[in-house]
Amino acid sequence: MTGDIYRRPSDDVHPPRDFPGYRGTALRHPKEPLVLIPQTLSEITGPVYGHRSVTEADRDLTNRGSGEPIGERIIVEGRVLDEDGRPVRDSLVELWQANAAGRYAHRVDQHAAPLDPNFTGAGRAITDAEGRYRFLTIKPGAYPWLNHANAWRPAHIHFSLWGPSFLTRLVTQMYFPGDPLLALDPIYNSVPDPRGRERLISRFDLSLTQPEYALGYRFDIIVRGRHATPMEAQHG
Amino acid sequence: MAELTPFQTVGPFFAICLSQPGCARIATEKAAGRHITIEGTVRDGTGAVVPDSLVEIWQANAAGRYAHPDDHQPKPLDPDFTGYGRAPTDDDGRFVIETVMPGRVPGPGETLQAPHLLLGILARGILTRLVTRVYFEDEPSTHDDPILSLVPAERRATLVAKPIGDDRYRFDLKLQGEGETVFFDV
Ligand SMILES: [Fe+2]
Repeated sequence: MTGDIYRRPSDDVHPPRDFPGYRGTALRHPKEPLVLIPQTLSEITGPVYGHRSVTEADRDLTNRGSGEPIGERIIVEGRVLDEDGRPVRDSLVELWQANAAGRYAHRVDQHAAPLDPNFTGAGRAITDAEGRYRFLTIKPGAYPWLNHANAWRPAHIHFSLWGPSFLTRLVTQMYFPGDPLLALDPIYNSVPDPRGRERLISRFDLSLTQPEYALGYRFDIIVRGRHATPMEAQHG
Repeated sequence: MAELTPFQTVGPFFAICLSQPGCARIATEKAAGRHITIEGTVRDGTGAVVPDSLVEIWQANAAGRYAHPDDHQPKPLDPDFTGYGRAPTDDDGRFVIETVMPGRVPGPGETLQAPHLLLGILARGILTRLVTRVYFEDEPSTHDDPILSLVPAERRATLVAKPIGDDRYRFDLKLQGEGETVFFDV
């Protein structure tokens, strides 16, 4: 739209609002078309302050109890970038996940798998000058859900971040390479473009692995970028 | 060009991370302006309440300034107000937000927007965030707001919070069907 500051995603980037394979969407999607509006000062700003309470300890999900959580320790690291590859600095990244047995520390989760007293499953981090974040956690387990007969979610970690504006808000899930449940999962497969789905899968990275301690997975996150300003366009 | 990371649903268990005590209190007593409470219920296509959604708010302060580096207006920032909050719905599908009435901010061209909040909603069954706006029925400027006027006239009321006394407003969300809330493509 004329005057846009942020690029608009093409239609095949994000999942459709109505995706029959994921039953939960049936009654929770608007039937009316979205109303196209210009990006005003309200949309191009967003919550970039107010996370000064985040500490180094918040990105270690293995330090929440009196002992270590059960499971396979992993390091999850990545960069938050915009579509032009510019780092999104000083930005809050939040994540949450099930424990190694596939159970969330949430009252609604009734999966008959054990809770882990040493694992709450939530972490927060602030990106550095290169847009980098890093978490230490344990590998989440797959878990069953009631979407269809014998439905299982592939192992995943939920991510939430704002980026520089209201328009760059992103909530997503990170998956693990080689998981046979991915092909069967309607939430993963709701992403229309197969290359988009692949961008949700972290990469095993031996160089991130800490010998005799934890395996490393890399997950870069790309948020909406800005149109070039007239000045930037002039200078290529 | 790097390609976007797709959205995925927030799922039913986000509260272990995204819902801290007090997160729906956007303004503490110290914030300048008229203190208001906005409450509402989120309902699905059958009218059933949605007890597992997260409502997120972004707004200007009482002077009409955003706490953000891209807002260069010569208006005061309020050190006691960031303009961001989030409210999970409870078992009755209800959310409550405590804030201040935002000031007016510039719109497209030379226009001025009526006081409004941006509202995003995330939930199990919502794969990609839905976004809408909250206007106020008793604000005269609401009725010639440049963005609200882009919405078909018969649907505008879904974006207008109703005063229910004592600086309280009611803003219900209907995700689908009769009285469906207008959601925006931005
Ligand atoms: Fe999950």
